[in-house]
Amino acid sequence: MGLKLHGLALSTCTARVATAIYEKGQDFELVAVNLTAGEHKQPSFLAKNPFGQIPALEDGDLTLFESRAITSYVAEKYKDSGHDLNRHNNLKEAALVKVWMEVESQTFHPIIAAIVYQHLIAPLFGQKTDQAVIDANLEKLKKILDVYESKLKSSKYLAGDFFSLADLHHLPYIYYFMKSPWTSVVNDRPHVKAWWEDISSRPSFKKVAEGMTIGQK
Amino acid sequence: MATPVKVYGPPVSTAVSRVLACLLEKEVPYQLIPVNMSKGEHKMPEYLKIQPFGQVPAFEDEDISLFESRSICRYICEKYAKQGNKDLYGDGDNPLVKASIDQWLEAEGQSFSPPSSVLVFQLAFAPRMKLKQDQGAIRQNEEKLKKVLDVYEQRLGESQFLAGDKFTLADLSHLPNAHYLVNATDMGELFTSRENVGRWWSEISSRDSWVKVVGMQETA
Repeated sequence: MGLKLHGLALSTCTARVATAIYEKGQDFELVAVNLTAGEHKQPSFLAKNPFGQIPALEDGDLTLFESRAITSYVAEKYKDSGHDLNRHNNLKEAALVKVWMEVESQTFHPIIAAIVYQHLIAPLFGQKTDQAVIDANLEKLKKILDVYESKLKSSKYLAGDFFSLADLHHLPYIYYFMKSPWTSVVNDRPHVKAWWEDISSRPSFKKVAEGMTIGQK
Repeated sequence: MATPVKVYGPPVSTAVSRVLACLLEKEVPYQLIPVNMSKGEHKMPEYLKIQPFGQVPAFEDEDISLFESRSICRYICEKYAKQGNKDLYGDGDNPLVKASIDQWLEAEGQSFSPPSSVLVFQLAFAPRMKLKQDQGAIRQNEEKLKKVLDVYEQRLGESQFLAGDKFTLADLSHLPNAHYLVNATDMGELFTSRENVGRWWSEISSRDSWVKVVGMQETA
């Protein structure tokens, strides 16, 4: 019995997990969760994630939620196959991967998610885009990416000269952000731009991105 | 004897106190190095070398320099796996145990921390800093926190601690914000009015490690 990923192909957090699974040379069954019908708030899904959010992973008897916990689990379980996502054989490198995973989680994510939500998601629900929220978060994003630009001058990827979960976790939200009018925030920073072009062209993510269709007509 | 690890930042900082609690649980000797935030030391070039986002804490262990409190805690648990509290981040043998801890650590970071951090700032720190409170933000985040604590109430009726039947990093990570909410604001009732959450809070906040950290905050 293989991995079952409960979520949607177009969801950022589902895509985060899907990319990690492919990076490890593994496969999964995508079990669609009907958000429009409120399936994620029904008891059968709440039993998998009591917070009522996608994705959730089923691996035999184990059920896990929180995409960044799931990717860490996948990276560890399949550590002997595919790409080394967590540098488990090197304490120092593994620690640096953890640092930049938290940077994405605590510093980068809230800002970029706010922009992507206002620009791409709010209109889907008939909500008015709040430009003030976008503007405020764009300013914060620029400052954050200035730090990334500086970091990426001294190493090819965030945790060192190796692609890791720290980079992978950024993929889905930046992908949707690059469908917005504000791509210069990335493209004006040459090292950030080069890093983005590199990580987003990995075969694992290109496969996942095919399903990331929010905003497409 | 190994050099003590270094933690940079004031103990009253929630993120610094998270790391201190972990070091005490793991019985890892440390040196606490002050960072004068009121003088902007955390934004000066020397400090930005070890924490480029200008936040506390920063951490050094021999030639490893880290930041982000939750990653520092995970590192401490992995490097010092054989000493102190050995259940804090799994026993190294069972990936399912660690996965459950990571799941609830992520829940803390993604669901509990955002609303509780706003409330801690607005209710405990803004008045001290003579900043005007944002009542809209307080109301909105109180509602968010209630929903999160409803999930915790259900979970803590099924197991003694969040990740299972042992105290882990997942519980520890909640200590700093919850402490301020319970002791420095009128939001404590959100915890104490929920039976399982109240029981859990009482157990985790009375651990020797946390009592010691609170003592450090109070004498700072």
